[in-house]
Amino acid sequence: MHAKPSAEGSLGSRPTSAREYGPVLSLLLVSPLVLLLVGGFLYPVGKLFWGSIFVPEASFANYARILQEPLFLLVLRRTFEIGFVVTALALLLGYPVALAMARVPGRAAILIAACVLIPLWTSVLVRSYAWIVLLQRNGVVNNALIETGLTDTPLRLLYTQGAVIAAMTQVLLPFMILPIYSVVRNIPDDLVRAARNLGAGSLLAFVRVTLPLSLPGVTAGVLITFILSLGFYITPALVGGPSTLMMSTLIGQQTTELLDWPFAGALAAILLLATLLLVIVFRRTLAFNKGFKLG
Amino acid sequence: MANADLVLSERAVRGKGHIVNSAAAFLAALAIGLILFFLLLPTLIVIPMSIGTSPYIEFPPRGLTFKWYEAYFSDPDWMAATWFSVRIAVATTMSATVIGTLAAVALVRGRLPGKEFLQAFTLAPLIVPHIVIAVALYLVFAPLGLTGSFYGFVIAHSMLAVPYVVITVSAALQRFDQNLELAALNCGATRLQAFLHVVLPNIRPGVAAGAVFAFLASFDEATVAFFISGIEGKTITRKMFEDIDFNLTPVIAAVSTVLTLVSLVLMSSIEIARQRSGNGRLG
Repeated sequence: MHAKPSAEGSLGSRPTSAREYGPVLSLLLVSPLVLLLVGGFLYPVGKLFWGSIFVPEASFANYARILQEPLFLLVLRRTFEIGFVVTALALLLGYPVALAMARVPGRAAILIAACVLIPLWTSVLVRSYAWIVLLQRNGVVNNALIETGLTDTPLRLLYTQGAVIAAMTQVLLPFMILPIYSVVRNIPDDLVRAARNLGAGSLLAFVRVTLPLSLPGVTAGVLITFILSLGFYITPALVGGPSTLMMSTLIGQQTTELLDWPFAGALAAILLLATLLLVIVFRRTLAFNKGFKLG
Repeated sequence: MANADLVLSERAVRGKGHIVNSAAAFLAALAIGLILFFLLLPTLIVIPMSIGTSPYIEFPPRGLTFKWYEAYFSDPDWMAATWFSVRIAVATTMSATVIGTLAAVALVRGRLPGKEFLQAFTLAPLIVPHIVIAVALYLVFAPLGLTGSFYGFVIAHSMLAVPYVVITVSAALQRFDQNLELAALNCGATRLQAFLHVVLPNIRPGVAAGAVFAFLASFDEATVAFFISGIEGKTITRKMFEDIDFNLTPVIAAVSTVLTLVSLVLMSSIEIARQRSGNGRLG
């Protein structure tokens, strides 16, 4: 991977070695990126947050409003509740798949991987549309329920909390599976075999060996899924309705329909704060999974 | 194979648990099959929908037709949105790939003050919820007349796509054997020559993967596009979003199938290239 350590040692001491680009050149190389991120990201997001406090005059009225009006508190609570439920479901469904993907031999593993990656590569918009097709009044699920005689009249499935949870779980499931898979596949088979040879049944071997060793992947998957679910917009906006308003869809509504910028900014600030807090607190857990360590 | 033999011999030794074990294995396989079906169903269902004759959602379709594809390809609004998206995605790919590659070189190989901060900052667009970025960009773009404009989109999408390029190129740079570059420098090449003729060809797979990610990050992007589109300049994703809300016809299924094919072809080409070059397994 890296160059030989001996060479690194001798060259590293020079002020600007052949292995390193000097500070001036480096700054030059990185400046277009910094310009893009400052202009296209930092400035707009900063302006949004600035407006939430200083427009029309300096006050925390917009933030107080979120904490005072029951509707907004409800939305805040619902966002976290849906996030928890989606994450729990994704873990329940994702763990066995990750385990199978890492443990079954050859072709079958590739087949499972394809089933995980193909949805991941399908646009979120397309998948949300597919969920509408599945869940609408004369949709696939209702037709199947009527044909099998489970119900006489079509059920109202779309625009419910259940629809949002089902669709979000499907959309986010690969983000749970892949981190767990990447940890489980690195657990040596020998450990499980050793446990079995020492007399453990397959269940005991799993509980005492595989499960504890897979926990870093589980934590990463849970965090990524939960963080993504908090800020999800497209799926709740299309599959959900007024009764399933979440933080993201509320921000959208405040912006496009009510044109209340300062309030949308306050909501966005709270959403971002929650996200950043999770990322910063758990940055070590998340970093290992990015598969990329700069510098 | 060795694994399978081992499992078999283990079973033979244990004997008694055999029936219980195979029943459990069958149930586990069934459960995993059902979960995979749940995962795959939404991607697969749009294909039969797009070739069914009925104008209503119908599954399974009664007759086969390509009229929804015809409707898509002959509708000037859909075509305008598609070309707008393609132009934005191509421009985004170029700008994000160049900007991201240069930055990755500096972040991996350069002597930079505040390097760690810069690395974290680079990843920010991946972490911050897209709805926050979308609303913020709309707030800034609207008074400048940048909503619905090609350049507004290229700025927004380049910013969203550039972290993918930095990640893939950084990974490629870390795998690159620096002695090759040193050899070129010792042989009298300038820094630029060494980079263009030695470093760049070696990190090309990483740059290419970053470019594909950047293309899809723009082409499939829906949240920011929803907010910064205009009445004239709207992307294919914004047009889809509107049509899903107002008139749900199978044309959307046809468009979805096209979008999905584009994503799958591009992403599987990266995956295949990755497998072939032998660096890393799935995931």
